[in-house]
Amino acid sequence: MEINYAIETNDLSIHYGNFTAVKDVSIKIERQKITAIIGPSGCGKSTLLRAFNRMNDFVPNSRVTGEVLLHGNNLYGRNVDPVEARRRIGMVFQKPNPFPKSIYENIAWGARINGFKGSMDELVEESLRGAALWDEVKDNLKESAYALSGGQQQRLCIARTIAIQPEIILMDEPASALDPISTLRIEELMQELKKNYSIIIVTHNMQQAARASDFTAMMMIDDNRSGGVIEFGETRTLFTRPTDKRTEDYVTGRFG
Amino acid sequence: MLFIMKRSFDLSKKPRPGESLIEALLFAAGVLSVFVTVAIVFELGKEAMLFFADPDMTWVKFFTMTKWQPGIGQYGIWALVSATMTTSVIAILIALPLGLASAVYLSEYASHRARSILKPVLEILAGIPTVVYGYFALLFVTPILKNIFKDGIQVYNMLSAGLVMGIMILPLIASMSEDALNAVPRSLREGAYAMGATKLETSLQIVLPAALSGIGAAVIVGISRAVGETMIVAVAAGAGPNFSFNPLDAAETMTGHIARISGGDLSYNTIDYTSLFAIALMLFLVTLTLNLVSQWIVNRFRERYE
Repeated sequence: MEINYAIETNDLSIHYGNFTAVKDVSIKIERQKITAIIGPSGCGKSTLLRAFNRMNDFVPNSRVTGEVLLHGNNLYGRNVDPVEARRRIGMVFQKPNPFPKSIYENIAWGARINGFKGSMDELVEESLRGAALWDEVKDNLKESAYALSGGQQQRLCIARTIAIQPEIILMDEPASALDPISTLRIEELMQELKKNYSIIIVTHNMQQAARASDFTAMMMIDDNRSGGVIEFGETRTLFTRPTDKRTEDYVTGRFG
Repeated sequence: MLFIMKRSFDLSKKPRPGESLIEALLFAAGVLSVFVTVAIVFELGKEAMLFFADPDMTWVKFFTMTKWQPGIGQYGIWALVSATMTTSVIAILIALPLGLASAVYLSEYASHRARSILKPVLEILAGIPTVVYGYFALLFVTPILKNIFKDGIQVYNMLSAGLVMGIMILPLIASMSEDALNAVPRSLREGAYAMGATKLETSLQIVLPAALSGIGAAVIVGISRAVGETMIVAVAAGAGPNFSFNPLDAAETMTGHIARISGGDLSYNTIDYTSLFAIALMLFLVTLTLNLVSQWIVNRFRERYE
């Protein structure tokens, strides 16, 4: 049986200067599923996530070895344009970071620079509906995005991401700055989104990973302080019958 | 085992003389600077009133005549304002695009190394005495212009002074704009890049608008420096009021005129003497108006981020 993976990594390592932050990660992330990356602070979860859309390019002295395969193409191949790659792999950040523009313009901007030609009004509505935000903002689309609450801002960031129709959405602790109700809404939204997108989410919150994800990658640092994936599999299995002792300790809350 | 701090329960006010002293000193410093400014404006206004009270001088003459020679009844302030406007506009036309471009380069494109070298150099440029710029204009730029325009250009001309004035305020605008661009949070850039934006799209469409209030401040300071600049125009633009907006002509700006006339022998209570204060007051009003207009523009178009 051939499974079409959203992203595959082969011996992916990420270095900052002489320091190896993430070491030898080989995982296959399934399409239209939610994959959570968990692990203690500083284990390289965000670094790994940012390798999937080449955001680490902006960190001086960073270097990537190994492969990140998208449809069989290595994202770090010689002919890959990182700008093109990011258009296919969207990202939602830890702290909501809407642009200091109107709600409407926040969504329209990304679509416009990506050469969107259709009806902008329709796209804005569709994207806001997709992010479960339309009903709350439809009467004040011209208002600044900064007038919204934190949870609304985060959903706006999701809306602008789906407006450019990526294949994969990366989420870097998208709910860590939000209150429990906003967090729940984001999680519900993720379940909606996975019908059309593959989602990879970094989270500190183990309940969130257990609740919301289909697959989980457990990361941990080794003696050289390099992070690696120590266990990867279906979330249910990983949380109930972990094979690695360290995973068991972590998910049962014995440390971390 | 808990360490328990021995603490009295006395919550009554404690005297803190150091606090009060510092507060008084800081207050005095604030009051002094405000007082000096008010005193200058007051003195300016007082002497200028004598000029405006002269029966021969009318507002109509002040704003419609095109010659300025108060001693013989010619009160056309435009003869000086035109030169101030022409040189300042040239300066801004040079400094704004170049300054913004270098700010965007330094903040968004330059490597850490390039930036750590270029920024201090830029700030040193801002410290060159203006009289040096003046002679640079007269002895270096003017001959080049003379080669280009031949007989069309006068030896003293507003173009040369304006160009060099633009070079003078360029580092100021570049440096202040760069600070403003740099203050835009990295998360906004990351958000833009994650949408598949190129560096240029991110710099010009996300970072620049977000930094607009700081850039506006830079432009305001730049314009004010240009309007108030004296040495460059006194040396290179010409000595003698001339109502002209042609950059190739010689003309004297408001500041250049004040510098030249006040350097000569003037007796108190003559119209020539009081007229200088009238010019200074006009200069003050021009700068004030420009500040207000630019502030309005900035508030209208800025994109506020928290």
